[in-house]
Amino acid sequence: MAKVLVVTSGKGGVGKTTTTAALGAALAQRGDRVVVVDFDVGLRNLDLVMGAERRVVFDLINVVQGVAKLPQALIRDKRLENLWLLPASQTRDKDALTEEGVGKVIADLRGRFDWVICDSPAGIERGASMAMRFADEAVIVTNPEVSSVRDSDRIIGMLDSKTVRAEKGERVEKHILITRYDPSRAARGEMLTIDDILEILATPLLGIIPESQDVLKASNVGTPVTLSNADGAPARAYLDAARRLCGDTVPMQVPAERKGFMDRLLRRRAA
Amino acid sequence: MEAAAKPQRQMVRLRGRSYVAFVFVPTVPIQDWLQEIDATIARSPGFFAGRPVVVDLSSVDLSQSGIGHLLTSLQDRNIRVLGIEGVEEARLTPMMPPLLSGGRSCVVEQSAPKKAETKAETKADAKPTSLLLDSPVRSGQTVIFPDGDITILGSVGSGAEVVAGGSIHIYGALRGRAMAGVNGHTSARIYCQKIEAELLAIDGFYQTADDIDDALRGRPAQAFLQGNTMRITALY
Repeated sequence: MAKVLVVTSGKGGVGKTTTTAALGAALAQRGDRVVVVDFDVGLRNLDLVMGAERRVVFDLINVVQGVAKLPQALIRDKRLENLWLLPASQTRDKDALTEEGVGKVIADLRGRFDWVICDSPAGIERGASMAMRFADEAVIVTNPEVSSVRDSDRIIGMLDSKTVRAEKGERVEKHILITRYDPSRAARGEMLTIDDILEILATPLLGIIPESQDVLKASNVGTPVTLSNADGAPARAYLDAARRLCGDTVPMQVPAERKGFMDRLLRRRAA
Repeated sequence: MEAAAKPQRQMVRLRGRSYVAFVFVPTVPIQDWLQEIDATIARSPGFFAGRPVVVDLSSVDLSQSGIGHLLTSLQDRNIRVLGIEGVEEARLTPMMPPLLSGGRSCVVEQSAPKKAETKAETKADAKPTSLLLDSPVRSGQTVIFPDGDITILGSVGSGAEVVAGGSIHIYGALRGRAMAGVNGHTSARIYCQKIEAELLAIDGFYQTADDIDDALRGRPAQAFLQGNTMRITALY
């Protein structure tokens, strides 16, 4: 049974696209058939993060409008054979998304894949509402700061009222994914704590992704972080999150500040 | 009145204040008019209970005994007459309510509560007087319930709004705005298990987050009106 998963946040720059790519790759690495769909029409990024920008011919809008057939627009990942991308259009805007058209595309994708992961644009307007409209599950990407948490709260409210499932009286299963978590800043009390975030959002936690250079590097070379450096802390955190999405019980790792031998030595000197 | 005030040493402060009263304009035949009143009472018992009523006699020509009879009939129906209008003072006895003048009509204000009251009275059983929500109120959501209390099992997020005609009870943290007693209900209160509110308002009197004592933040608290000031106190 295919699952439609929306990756959303409200706020921009929190890591939705990175998360979409990483979770998509992680689920594909497990052997599931996965498609990642870019809903950020006009400001597409997912093709770059997936490293498929040179192979885009047709896009989501073409399929929604019936200009192209779905298989023509799907781009197969070069590294994982069961990972696919449906890119957004860069030349159009979000008004080109019609509910009927998006519904048809999503229904078609449900028949072909195990996971349909929709990368939502920032904001709460048409693009974001279309991305979440047909979702069965949602990953709400949140940074440990008040503005991001409040926007996430707003998005959760929309997931509970504006999705097809909500309108039928069913539930969209929601998960919080905390990204850009900086253990050293957390230790100094400069960020919201995990407990604060979960108390405010009253939604179960899917994972905590530490702030890391790995993520930036992976985006720049166009590889999902779970593929570029599979042993790094962010990759492991994303792989664990993917396992939890599949229903596995994986103990939650709260990233802690790692103090190496040299750090301790230097600190002692400095003091 | 002044004569009564003078012998006392104590200062007697006399203040003017205006109130809205129902004005009855009896028409002839008085018996039919009384039947009309009876019909209203039958539709909504207690409609006139405790309400100030003024009788305007300008459209009827009643003798002193006629006026006395009318007043007794109204008294029998539990309608208390506060004053009389539209008749020469000579026709009234000292035992009757005083003659009033200078009344101004305020039709709109008077008829609106009248209608609302009739509805509330007749549909009292059908219409719920409280609203229960068993999920958190998220940022950007607004809950409005002008007919009574709102109870929320969960938190009210920053940027969310709860508006109630009566009191607001929040079994969780209040991080957004809560406005109670919006229909002029001054005894409405706001209760929450954790106060981190952006704004609290009762019957139009409000306080923003800045006004809330830091010592109360994060604690269970209630807000209520004391005269014209809002008080926020810890609950336990």
